[in-house]
Amino acid sequence: MTTTEEVARLSHERREYKYGFVTDIEQEFAPPGLDESTVRFISAKKGEPEWLLEWRLKALAKWQEMEEPTWVFLPYGHPPIDYQALSYYAAPKQSPKSLDEVDPKILETYEKLGIPLSETRALLGIEGGPETPAEARRGVAVDAVFDSVSVKTTFQEELKKAGVIFCSISEAVREHPELVRQYLGSVVPYSDNFFATLNSAVFSDGSFVYVPRGVKCPMELSTYFRINARNTGQFERTLIIADEGAEVSYLEGCTAPMRDENQLHAAVVELVAMKGASIKYSTIQNWYPGDETGKGGIYNFVTKRGICKGDDSRISWTQVETGSAITWKYPSVVLQGDRSKGEFYSVALTNLRQQADTGTKMIHIGRDTKSTIVSKGISAGEGQNTYRGLVQMNKGAHRAHNFTQCDSILIGDKCGAHTFPYVDIRNATATAEHEASTTKLAEDQLFYCTARGISNEDAISLLVNGFCKEVFSELPMEFAVEANKLLAVSLEGSVG
Amino acid sequence: MTNLMDKPVSMLDVPVPAGPAWLEAYRSRARSRFPGFPTLRDEAWRYTNITPILETPFQPAISAARDVSADDVQHVRVPELDSSLLVFVNGRYRADLSDADELGKGVVSLPLHEAVRSHAELLEEHLGTASGEHEDPFTTLNDAMVSDGLFVHVSDGARPDRPIEVLSIATRTAEPVASHPRNLVVVGKEARATVLEHYVTLDDDAVYLNNAVTELIAAPSATVEHYLLERESERAFNISTLAIRQAAESVVHSHTVLLGGRIVRNNVTPVLAGERAHCLINGLYVGHREQHLDNAMRVRHAAPQCESRQYYKGIMNDRSRGVFTGRIVVDKIAQKTDAIQSNRNMLLSDDARVNARPQLEIYADDVRCTHGATTGRVDDEAVFYFMSRGLSEPVARAMLVYAFAAEGFDRMELVPVRRLLAAEMIDKLPMARGLSIEV
Repeated sequence: MTTTEEVARLSHERREYKYGFVTDIEQEFAPPGLDESTVRFISAKKGEPEWLLEWRLKALAKWQEMEEPTWVFLPYGHPPIDYQALSYYAAPKQSPKSLDEVDPKILETYEKLGIPLSETRALLGIEGGPETPAEARRGVAVDAVFDSVSVKTTFQEELKKAGVIFCSISEAVREHPELVRQYLGSVVPYSDNFFATLNSAVFSDGSFVYVPRGVKCPMELSTYFRINARNTGQFERTLIIADEGAEVSYLEGCTAPMRDENQLHAAVVELVAMKGASIKYSTIQNWYPGDETGKGGIYNFVTKRGICKGDDSRISWTQVETGSAITWKYPSVVLQGDRSKGEFYSVALTNLRQQADTGTKMIHIGRDTKSTIVSKGISAGEGQNTYRGLVQMNKGAHRAHNFTQCDSILIGDKCGAHTFPYVDIRNATATAEHEASTTKLAEDQLFYCTARGISNEDAISLLVNGFCKEVFSELPMEFAVEANKLLAVSLEGSVG
Repeated sequence: MTNLMDKPVSMLDVPVPAGPAWLEAYRSRARSRFPGFPTLRDEAWRYTNITPILETPFQPAISAARDVSADDVQHVRVPELDSSLLVFVNGRYRADLSDADELGKGVVSLPLHEAVRSHAELLEEHLGTASGEHEDPFTTLNDAMVSDGLFVHVSDGARPDRPIEVLSIATRTAEPVASHPRNLVVVGKEARATVLEHYVTLDDDAVYLNNAVTELIAAPSATVEHYLLERESERAFNISTLAIRQAAESVVHSHTVLLGGRIVRNNVTPVLAGERAHCLINGLYVGHREQHLDNAMRVRHAAPQCESRQYYKGIMNDRSRGVFTGRIVVDKIAQKTDAIQSNRNMLLSDDARVNARPQLEIYADDVRCTHGATTGRVDDEAVFYFMSRGLSEPVARAMLVYAFAAEGFDRMELVPVRRLLAAEMIDKLPMARGLSIEV
């Protein structure tokens, strides 16, 4: 539990959205606007092979025919996005060869964010809590993405020894083109949806992970995304492949400066789990949420999908979504292999005038596949929080099973909590269970706490933490601690 | 929505008997706001393809091609139910077959076309007040075609001595007939009423469309029970909309059973507009062969301290498809709402399909709303339990399926309706004929 004093201190920092600073470094931009020349510019900047350029151009052509979808449930709506006013590429001027060459200002940025790139320690999210004992901090390899490019990936040597490839996707295109070419777009095709197609055309950087057959990745892998430049979108692309019997756990975190205008973040994440492989993907999303009048903040329109390609494989998504003006994403699992498992654990918090329409899709194709969905929505302030999910059992999904639980709590009478699940069953032996509830915090529980001398704020924090426990327990330990704090801080001020 | 299809628009041009000026104005307003027919791209209709309806060349209700006798009526009405009976054959009111006697003091129950003349003021005051809440293109179409149906008005404190049954009988006709029945039920303060909408056919291969809209308006502390028994031909189309508006402390129970029809859409849209109102929505849809049964519920809590209960169950066999969309909307003002929604489905065949969308849309914080949806098949352990007690597997399965279906019957007050449904279930469910069941 995070105490009131701690919350007060942290929230003071948050009031200015602690990560809202701008790093003043020399950056290189693509001119605003999007057409073929933009795509060629990005591709040339990165020295990409011809096939990738062609792929991007195909995506661009497709995107130009597409219309922005409107089915998302946003009670406050959002002003239209002018795709021609954005710059699709921003990068620090000097590209570093080693840590010593990374612009010290960038290192400083990541230090401020609590993401040291110096390989001495690693932690993500909010700092300020008591120092965690060093031994509790396992090494976490970090890939830091600053606007459009990856500035540094740590622990590469150590990972190499285990045979794990962990690098920026640009580097992977150069060093392991055969892998990238085989898997890029294999889970989220370039034509998938408006934002994924846009990403396919202009994606700048992101992380690439390949864990070879039978290897258990020796440390947590992590990417830290930072938007710095003004009027840019961030379009990163992450590709993770776990070969037969491999295991990997991957964490992702995000922040951005505070600005009055909205910024677009349209990422694509693809996961491929081969036979018996296991991928765990955790996200703590803390993009700038805008202010209490709904001004500014990030549009977080992301496509995340994994495929359990082989039998007995497993993909697990865990997300803690507290930031962004609008969150619109559905991390999904295609359960192709027999007996494969998909999991989705989510905490989504909307405060201020944030809007979230998030959930998951579980597509059961193989026999005896199982999926679990646990979604916790918290609405406070004027936040609007929507769970939307699909559970589909195809004809061949014999004895497939799904369990879904989505619970929402409302704090205050100006917010909204909505649940829109879709269940589509085409096999008589498949079973699906869906449960959902929406309530306010239990008064008797609050009373119980306050009767024992716990302040009202602390009691709420305690109950909300209890409400989210099922999800937090899925997070790697360091992340869970951070998630707890983040939640307490994000909730601060929402209690009248 | 699309306006491209010529035929549907021409459906609007079908002549309806001229009415008084206010009714003509009502129809013409509807014609001008008709948005076109929904396609699969419309969220509310994404699982129901109405192309077969649009491709059928419908005629307005004409006189029946074969005569319907009093014996036929006896054969298809709810057996043993002592009801006030209004009979429509292919959309036309048949006074000769009806049995709509006086129902007691303060109760008016007559065909809508008569009420247009005799109770114009009441009609004008209430028509469209409940159905306007959540508009569907088919409701608008019905608005544009309003001509006949049932009109019930129960004065404050009054109570009809019998249930009112509207029996719509369809027969084979030379050309497919489209009817747009419109029912308006207004129940006064502390009054009571029970209304049954009953759709049957005399010819299993008859092709026709019933696009019915029922508005139910419950005054403070009124109690209303509504039944929809849909036993259409399996080549016919039925779109039924029940729009409910409830004042404070009123109690409305809606029971829907979908058995027939090729494409059926059942809309139930109550608005709990007064404090402490209570609403029960109870439904069962049982499909086989190529049937497509779509249920769309939208319960809106617009006042504090109301209670709503939704229990819908589906059993799908062969290549049939069941759809359930249930939304609970809780307005900001509707504090202390208590809402439960449950949708359970059973699949009896690998070619059957179920789409469930249980939804919550909540803007008030002090509420208790839950929903649950399950889809599966007969529980193997329960079958095993029965078999261990000497029942054969087919009988065990049949009993379990029947029990699943019958659970909702207990919520119905009219025992003759329960009996009819039990018989229908035994008729329709696989291997159930061997069961001997008492209701």
